[in-house]
Parts: sequence; structure tokens; C-alpha cells
Amino acid sequence: MTTIRASLATGVDPALRNGLAELLRSLADDEFVIGFADSEWTGIAPILEEDVAMSSIAQDELGHARAFYGLLGDLLGEDLDHLAYDRPPEAFRHCRLVDHARGDWAFTMARRYLYDTADAVRLEALAGSSYAPLAELVAKVRREERYHLLHVDAWLRRLATAEGEPRDRLVRSLETLGPDATTVFTPLSDEEALVKSGILPMPMAELRDRWLDALASVFAELGLPMPPRNADLTRGRDDHSDAFRWLYGEFTSVRRLDPEAIW
Amino acid sequence: MSAMPAQALIDEGAVWAALAEVPDPEIPAVSVVDLGIVHRVDVGADVIRVEILPTFVGCPAVEMMRSAIADRLAGLAPRIDVDVTFAVPWTSDRITPEGRHRLAASGFGPPTGATGLDAPIQLGLAVTCPYCGSRRTVMENAFGPTLCRSIYYCTDCRQPFEQFKTV
Repeated sequence: MTTIRASLATGVDPALRNGLAELLRSLADDEFVIGFADSEWTGIAPILEEDVAMSSIAQDELGHARAFYGLLGDLLGEDLDHLAYDRPPEAFRHCRLVDHARGDWAFTMARRYLYDTADAVRLEALAGSSYAPLAELVAKVRREERYHLLHVDAWLRRLATAEGEPRDRLVRSLETLGPDATTVFTPLSDEEALVKSGILPMPMAELRDRWLDALASVFAELGLPMPPRNADLTRGRDDHSDAFRWLYGEFTSVRRLDPEAIW
Repeated sequence: MSAMPAQALIDEGAVWAALAEVPDPEIPAVSVVDLGIVHRVDVGADVIRVEILPTFVGCPAVEMMRSAIADRLAGLAPRIDVDVTFAVPWTSDRITPEGRHRLAASGFGPPTGATGLDAPIQLGLAVTCPYCGSRRTVMENAFGPTLCRSIYYCTDCRQPFEQFKTV
């Protein structure tokens, strides 16, 4: 894709570049990893309509990742495919919530629900970012994410209100994911400067609280276990799992055959 | 080379007319202008700059549109730049009345209901069947074969059809 508003990227205060890059990389990596993980359902979803839906949602997420990598590429002067595919696995900065293996359908829906609702809170704030290329892109992304929220909300309620195994599996999944749920809001190393400049309109801790407050009313209604508020976030975007290393091997496999190939 | 200023030679109206002939790669019955994808046209002394808005961020047809636009405009100016922008979000409101008519003629239902982040997505709204005109249609799937479309079924003429998502 053509450089998007590259002229604006050159105007960034050098003191803020690293922090902005970290923010963009976390957004891109989250969407990239969950997009690839969800694309694993293509062909094996429980019903055909869900095959279509999950494939479409996964494609949306990869498209969002591509656009965020584009902004990062503009900022760093790097090619977006290089950013997406040529890093070692430990250089990825996706949150631990999306670092688990796909699991079963209930696990996938539990993770999508936690991630999509947390991401919605993050994007709502970033729509007011002082970094115009980010605010503009987020305005568009939010319109698409609404469809994902609608989809996963229907599934959460369906599984939660089904008795027996579906509900048990959902509850178990939420308990497994709970300690990692707030890693979406892992504080950034240069966060104070980003908040001061308006690039990040409010601190991650405040976004986390906003998300948990909204989540609490839905989970109380459905009798589902809440994620802990004060989980340890010190390595919230590091320490990737073997499941991620496997996924990384998958999504880089074609690229590694011939990194210089022109498509 | 002629010393005559090239500026006078590029007519913005002619650029828009040419753009109206560039078909959407997935639905050739509608043009990129019909779909409201063209955000801006800038005509310089020896350059035409076109900015386009992807219907969806992950739309895989964007690169094809860029090259189709550049190919169609080649010859109107020595340099053609086609850039992608998110300066304003593309919304389904940008599809022109003519575009909606052409979509229906190609078997696509129009977007329904209000757009915007404050307007709830109403999956239950009736969509007019593009084949028989019936409103007795049901949504089969909010997601479809491409990012921008949902799948419907007409209970009168018993045809499945696709609708442009309301975004």
C-alpha cells in the first residue's frame, strides 16, 4: 500500500518517536496475531455460517494489522511486510491475552469477547489521538469492529445461557484467560510522554478500569467470572508461549521460503 | 518539447469522467465514483493526484483499484499519483443513487439503516430483494464472501443475494 500521510510522520517530535512506535507496534501485533489465530477456523468452524464469519473477521483483523504496520513503517521508514514477517518471534509485542493456542470454540469466543471489548475501549480513546494518521485510521477501524462486537456478543450470550457443557467450557475458558485479560492495557515504557502529547489520550490503567467497569455489568448479568483487576502486567507483552512460536512458524513459512520474492 | 504550460491541458472534469469509467474490480457494473471511493482529485501542472478511500481497511481490491485508476488516467498527465487515505472514513452513505441502482441491477441489496458510530447496527431491517423487489427477506449471515457484504435470502423468489454492509 502507498505510504499513508507520510509527511505527517516526519513531523513527529523525535522524543516521542520510540513511544509512538511502541504503541503502533502493539496495536498491529495484537490484530496480526489474533487475526492469524482466528483464521485457523477457516474450514473447520462448527457450522458453515461461522466458517464464513470467522474467516471474514480474521481478514478484517489482518487488514487492520496491515494498516497499523503501514503507520509504523511510515514512522520508521521501513517496509510493512518486513515489519510483519521478518522479525524474530521474541520481537513481537502482542499482549498475552492473544498469546494462547486457538483452543476450542468456547475458548475462541471467550478470547474474542475479552479482546474485542478491550480493543473497543482502546480504540475509542485513540480516535481522539493527537497523531492524526492514527486517529483517522482508528475512526475507520471502529466502524468495522462493531460487526465483530455484535457477532461475539451473540456467541457469549448463547454459550453462557446454554446449560451444561457449552457454559462449562465458556466459564473454564474465561478462568484460564482471566489473568491475561488486562494485558491489552499493559503500560507503555514512554507512556507519560505519550499521554502528555495527546498521542495516547489517557493512561492504559484508566482504559483498563473503564473496560472492567463496562465488562462487570455484562458478566454479572450472565454470571460469568470477572478477570482480576490487578493482574501482573510487567511482562504483559513479552514472554511468548510455545503456542505463539508455532503460529509464528506458520505465518512466516511462505515468506521464509524466499524473502526477496516479488508477489 | 513544447514550452506551452501544461496546466491548461489537464481538465479536472475530464479526470472525473475518466474515473467514472473505472470499474470496481469485484463488481464491474459499478465504478469507483459510483461507490464513493474517490476522496479527492488534485490537478497540477503535470500531475494528477487522486486520493481513494478503501471501503474496508483490509479490502484486497485496493491495489487493483489503484493500478486501474492509474492506467485509465495515463495519457491525461505525465504523472499520475494514486494514494490511499483514511482522511475521512468511507461509509456506505457514499454510494451514489446511481451506484445503488447499478448494484441492484447486478443482484446486490443496498445498505440499509443509518450509518455512524452512534447508530446501532440493525441486522433485522428488511432489505429489498434485488431480483424480485420483495421485502420478505432474511439475513443469513452478517458476514459474507467479501469484507463489505452480508448474505441474505429472499423467501419470495427463494434466491440468496448479497447486501452491501452498512458501515
